[in-house]
Amino acid sequence: MIGTGITVWAAFQNFGKLNIVIALVIATIKASLVVLYFMHARYSSKRTQLVIVCSVFWLAIMLALTLSDYNTRSHEMQPGVSRLAQPASSRTFPV
Amino acid sequence: MHRTGELYGHFETLEQQKESSTLGMWIFLVTEVLFFGGMFLAYTINRSAFSTAFGIGSNTLDIKLGAGNTVVLIMSSLTMAMAVWSAQVGKKKLVSIFLIATLGLGTVFLGVKAIEYKQKYDHHLIPGHGFDMRYHSAHPLPGDDLKELALEKEEVETAIKSDPDINFHSQLYFSLYFGMTGLHALHMIIGAGLLLWLIKGSFAGRYTPQYNTPVEIVGLYWHFVDIVWIYLFPLLYLIDRHR
Repeated sequence: MIGTGITVWAAFQNFGKLNIVIALVIATIKASLVVLYFMHARYSSKRTQLVIVCSVFWLAIMLALTLSDYNTRSHEMQPGVSRLAQPASSRTFPV
Repeated sequence: MHRTGELYGHFETLEQQKESSTLGMWIFLVTEVLFFGGMFLAYTINRSAFSTAFGIGSNTLDIKLGAGNTVVLIMSSLTMAMAVWSAQVGKKKLVSIFLIATLGLGTVFLGVKAIEYKQKYDHHLIPGHGFDMRYHSAHPLPGDDLKELALEKEEVETAIKSDPDINFHSQLYFSLYFGMTGLHALHMIIGAGLLLWLIKGSFAGRYTPQYNTPVEIVGLYWHFVDIVWIYLFPLLYLIDRHR
């Protein structure tokens, strides 16, 4: 409830400088406020808080490992260009 | 103070019962985080591979409707939190009022989403046979902002000139757009059903300071759906707004 004012304000801030990093940082701040206050994570038991931290941790593992895989594989195919980004006409199947 | 009618046999106290329910809901939400996480991952990979195609796709979305919907959804989270609070302090009438307000705001969100989908349909932006990024600017509808449309036309044509496949690749953006917002909307519809059930219970005066777990648990779910939208909005609507 305390965070609501800031949350709505932050939603309007998105009209300003629309940089993806800024947008994601604002989104994360908003999400954290919702989790901490609306979802009462701040006042939950230690066990519940552990589950919440785990969800973020597992998500981070999934994103980090998959993205590092994609980012390193594309160089094998064609330096500097993602394999996916080659023109559809020149692509042979299976991709 | 225990009302044995609400205390299931395998729990010793209502507090223990509530703690178990909350923990169980959070574990479900972890699976949901990873479920939506997979879609965000697919989005990230495709966006980095087809950044121009995603940029021109994103710029066709109506930022006013998207931002308005964000505010509506955050407000509904607030009313949901107020409903939980009202149940905890025992204001039974307020519980019903806030639950109905939450349902109302959720319905507004879905209505706006339906309008947006209809626009994409009218503009030939549904991935598939009729998909064409150039269609809308070539066939303006009554009430369209022609200046905005001219900008869109110029942007799309410059992009297509630089890479003829862009019109084709933009379908990926719209596939992910409809997939992600559609899945989010499905969660909203399920949430609306749960709210109806809560409202029915609140009319019967079921939720008291001692026992309000259903309100609390559905609240957690509703806030989670709000959080998904908080990330969807900047990623889908705001990725390439230079103009």
